Amino acid sequence: MEEKLITCTVCPMGCRITVKGEGEKIVSVEGYTCPRGEQYARNEFVHPVRILTSTALVEGSASGPLVAVRSDKPLPKELLFDCMKEIHALHLTAPVHRKDVLIENILNTGVNIVATGEAL
Amino acid sequence: MQKTDVVVIGAGAVGCAIARELTKYQVQVLVVDKKEDVGGDASKSNSAIIHTGYDAKPGTLESELVVAANPMYDKLAKDLDVPFSRIGAILPAITEEQFEQLPALKEKAFRNRVYDVEYLTGEELLGMEPNLNPEVKAGLYIPRESIIDPFLLTIAYAENAQQNGASFLLGAEVTGMTCEEGKVTVVKTTAGDIACKWVVNAAGLHCDEIAAMVGKADYTVNPRKGQFYILDKNTSCKVQHIVLPIPTKQTKGKLMCPTIHGNMLVGPTAEDLTDKEEKSTTAEGLASVAADVKRLVPNVNLRDSITQYCGLRANRNPEGLHVDTYDDLKNYVNLSGVRSTGLTASASLGKYVAQTLLSIGMPCAFNPHFNPIRKGIVRFHELTRAQQDELIAQNPLYGRVICRCETITEGEIVDAIHRPIPARSVDAIKRRLRAGMGRCQGGFCGPKVLEILARELGVPTETINKNEPGSYMIAGKVR
Amino acid sequence: MYQIKCDVAVIGGGPAGLAAADAAKQEGAEKVLIIERDTALGGILQQCVHPGFGLTRFKEELTGPEYAGRFMEKALADGVETLLDTMVLEIMPDATVICTNAAHGITEVKAKSVVLAMGCRERTRGAIQIPGTRPAGVYTAGTAQRLVNRQNEMVGKKVVILGSGDIGMIMARRMTLEGAKVMAVVEMNDYLAGLTRNRVQCLEDFGIPLLLSHTVTRIVGNRRVEGVYVAQVGPDKKPILETEEFFECDTLLLSVGLIPENELTRQAQVEMDPVTNGPKVNQYMQTSLPAVFACGNVVHVNDLVDNVSGESETAGRAAARYALGKLPKTTRVVECVPGNNVRYLCPQRIALGGDAEDVTLYFRVLNPDGAVTMDASCANAQVAHRTAARVSPGEMEHIQVNTGKLLGDAVTVSVEKRG
Repeated sequence: MEEKLITCTVCPMGCRITVKGEGEKIVSVEGYTCPRGEQYARNEFVHPVRILTSTALVEGSASGPLVAVRSDKPLPKELLFDCMKEIHALHLTAPVHRKDVLIENILNTGVNIVATGEAL
Repeated sequence: MQKTDVVVIGAGAVGCAIARELTKYQVQVLVVDKKEDVGGDASKSNSAIIHTGYDAKPGTLESELVVAANPMYDKLAKDLDVPFSRIGAILPAITEEQFEQLPALKEKAFRNRVYDVEYLTGEELLGMEPNLNPEVKAGLYIPRESIIDPFLLTIAYAENAQQNGASFLLGAEVTGMTCEEGKVTVVKTTAGDIACKWVVNAAGLHCDEIAAMVGKADYTVNPRKGQFYILDKNTSCKVQHIVLPIPTKQTKGKLMCPTIHGNMLVGPTAEDLTDKEEKSTTAEGLASVAADVKRLVPNVNLRDSITQYCGLRANRNPEGLHVDTYDDLKNYVNLSGVRSTGLTASASLGKYVAQTLLSIGMPCAFNPHFNPIRKGIVRFHELTRAQQDELIAQNPLYGRVICRCETITEGEIVDAIHRPIPARSVDAIKRRLRAGMGRCQGGFCGPKVLEILARELGVPTETINKNEPGSYMIAGKVR
Repeated sequence: MYQIKCDVAVIGGGPAGLAAADAAKQEGAEKVLIIERDTALGGILQQCVHPGFGLTRFKEELTGPEYAGRFMEKALADGVETLLDTMVLEIMPDATVICTNAAHGITEVKAKSVVLAMGCRERTRGAIQIPGTRPAGVYTAGTAQRLVNRQNEMVGKKVVILGSGDIGMIMARRMTLEGAKVMAVVEMNDYLAGLTRNRVQCLEDFGIPLLLSHTVTRIVGNRRVEGVYVAQVGPDKKPILETEEFFECDTLLLSVGLIPENELTRQAQVEMDPVTNGPKVNQYMQTSLPAVFACGNVVHVNDLVDNVSGESETAGRAAARYALGKLPKTTRVVECVPGNNVRYLCPQRIALGGDAEDVTLYFRVLNPDGAVTMDASCANAQVAHRTAARVSPGEMEHIQVNTGKLLGDAVTVSVEKRG
């Protein structure tokens, strides 16, 4: 059985929560002080996800060589570096607008990489 | 092979002053330095004071040169457009023991022919300098002790020399010299050999290494480290004069004074070293500065420090400032022992070395085209609003402020990059303009200065250095 | 000299300036002008590409450019005008602003009121006095962030970060994602300076060591940083030199605190608070110069941009009312005084004269504590009371008082351990 010590990030309390289980099956959750914390710990144990933010190269923009980008939904944590490679390979041309989809369904995750800044 | 009449080794304040002086004669001058910019070593890290020589060892060449140099600065600073101010120094005696030393110090000043040193009562001193230790008993006033912008002095000497015909070979390290029939004929550098008729060694900290190349190393240079604090212009406790401690045998001691730009300077230590590359400030060294200066100015607030730095004085062993010529090496002049008074002495050393060269055969005809006037970079923040407006109308780059702490515009930065002695690094910009020398220490303007340097020099940002090769600012592109 | 007239001039187009300008416009000021030194609005948010903004205000997690974007779009749609690429040189007590730009040269903006929203700057290596050499490769975290996120410049490959502030941790993740190796985040205190969430998502996710109760004692390298020495600190915060350890790196990033950017404020002789390093303000965010208002990090350094936006809207509304001659005349001033375990209060004073209103006093504690009571008292009477499960110097607290209850000359806020 696997045991993970998870620091809760739901609020600044930062509760240390111990989760025991195997794969998707959770046996016990201890150390949380609110239901949101418990849910966070369960998700974090089974399938940790993160919003990924970065920048992409853009040509012909008066506002500089880069435009800020993000994943429009959280990505599996273990895919962050692979997604970075995809973002690194982007070569955009101005104009790029906020919310423009730059990479659709990155690595078949169902998540898009979208612009968060403007490059005009 | 490149040819010139006189090679000056070393582009510090002294080397550049010599070069400028030599352009008054009908000779070709070439200044060589291993650093990428003039004034890259001791001339950039010192106390920025133009001394009177009141406390020099009487009867020495150092005393003669410093005493002679001080009065030259009114005209020199004006001709060369270098900020300079005769703010005067005070030497307060805090303890009974120090009080008893005052007569000897005054007599020493007299023997150095610095006749304008005066006694002051404790009350007078506190009137002049309210932040002084209230226990002050009495002291001396040395009215002609002055402050200068040391970076600009060196740069101005160099630019004026260059505009009068001198050449500069920077980033070229001297690797050896060829001597034939009792004369140096070729100076070898990492940027090629230079055939020459006379050679001046003004290499400061490294003058012993240069002297050794021609077998004249009868002395060594022992670096003596000095650590300083620079305080914010808004610091709570300021002084208006150079506040000097009563000197000890080893050093002039730790002082506090305004810089020409309105910061406070506090220091230095005096630590004897062997390694000429050892340029670290230390917690102990800075703590000793704090402890000592607090005896003079108890409320000095070192938490208002915006930076700390250290410099290496080129201390000679055996001691003393020397300008040597040799019977068996007839066209070579060797300077050594140019230490903390070297900045002051540069003005007179230039003349002294020129005269020395004349005595060993350099032609004495005056260069009738010599122009002593050098105009510095137009300083936006010193202009009236109307003048600023006019300047921006002529060149819109002056309308864009890059350094917000010191109000330095893009126009000034571009000018500095394209001057006769060009600024090619972040520190070179800083020394010419003070961009990055304010309280944010380049946090805001640094990235912009980097972009402007790369753009104006037509090179990638990765090749822009802080100062020397290898001091790269940027490790590559993100994308 | 080029001249512009307006009702409210806002200095700075970052989050504070944008919120203030839009609020001023909403309040009825006809011409509101933002003067911004950068070529774009948004301020520091433009380089904060990471998420974590807007949770309080918009109940969703935005990145910096997105958060700024919402305010920019609204302000511009509402008719706020801008003067970009323009540096303010001087502010006068009568709300005249002298600025410069390449297009118009020296420009005089004649306003009826001014809002200071210049933000803050970072503490530097020099300010915290790290000994050693002075090589290239020592950057404040925010400067590095600008270079990496906006200028496409990678500042280094092997990094040590001093200070566990949020910007430092966020840069640790950012540099790691871009291929740099972050050797450690070093924190002098025995607690984290930034948010726990950033420790988890920026450090733990990437296996970056966090060294609490440690500091950088020396920088090594004459040209580029070659490494730093790191030592434990004792309870007196002094390094224990026997524990010094060498970390090879080419870059040292500093995340060691922010200081309000008040050069212009000082020059205008606005009364300053020596604790916050910002101007003293009343509940309208009005400074000692009646026509000059201030908001955001120029007043005191905030933890969350959401707070900045709220406070700036107060300033913007009041500046508009002042410009329109509608701000109530002050009849009496109550000073806000920090009591037990309170480092500072903002606003520093409350102006009485209008109708009774609720005023929120923001404050920071001096020391972390568990369960506490927070009390505001005036003329020996309690005027407000709250409890909190815990307090920390890193997190701004607040308490609300009603001006109708302020009978004395001073209101004191104290934080005491409960029970």
